[in-house]
Amino acid sequence: MLKARISVPARARQGEIMAVKTLISHPMETGFRRNSLGQAIPRDILTRFECRYNEKPVFTATLHPAVAANPFIAFHVRAQDSGKLEFIWTDQDDQVTRVTRELTVDPAA
Amino acid sequence: MIRTINRRNWLAGAGTLATLTVQPRLLAAVSEPVQSVLKRDFPTAEIQPGRVNIELPALAENGNSVRMKISVDSPMTPTDYVSFIQIIAQANPLPDVARFDLSHANGLAEVETRIRVSAEQDIVVVAGLSDGSLWSGSAHIVVTVAACLDALY
Repeated sequence: MLKARISVPARARQGEIMAVKTLISHPMETGFRRNSLGQAIPRDILTRFECRYNEKPVFTATLHPAVAANPFIAFHVRAQDSGKLEFIWTDQDDQVTRVTRELTVDPAA
Repeated sequence: MIRTINRRNWLAGAGTLATLTVQPRLLAAVSEPVQSVLKRDFPTAEIQPGRVNIELPALAENGNSVRMKISVDSPMTPTDYVSFIQIIAQANPLPDVARFDLSHANGLAEVETRIRVSAEQDIVVVAGLSDGSLWSGSAHIVVTVAACLDALY
């Protein structure tokens, strides 16, 4: 499990558009760099990010080596129902990092 | 020849955009790496310039991490929304940067991330709408310290 930071409101009104910010510690080694001995440093990247809202994918990202180290991804989600938001990062070897946040949605005023 | 087709697309799109006062940089000149990515991912579709707004610094001190914000003009309703946003950095060793898949559940077609930039270039963004139309924008960036340079050491 990698260290991930997520900023998402815990409470929102129905229909409100919530800003979601995610950051995860990962070198995103491009595979183009060489070490001091001139040997190629193997590629090591996260290839996929997914945000699920009550099991339904609402945002997915396909990442390539040109995404900076410690990938930061910010997007928006419209609040619909109370439940959970799941954040899932997958690396090139299918190792998964998963973080879940509870969300309470109040009825629209 | 490839250039001519895009010039034609550009001219066609420019007419419809003429009424807009603020225009994003248009996809005027398209380089070979961008062409190959576009051909691979959108073999048949026509890409129109416009609707894509890119926030990118004109000058970046460090190409290893450049903040980039993309927004697409869209109401994001269940019938009319942005389905994906794709970033292409033509001068990078690998032009693919990232692709974001969205839906009306997002409410707002706006994505922010940090990318690596290896040289001065136009970063191209293609956005796909729910009706199947493709829109594009580009932003020029100059980097003083390029990403991938440390590859030499």
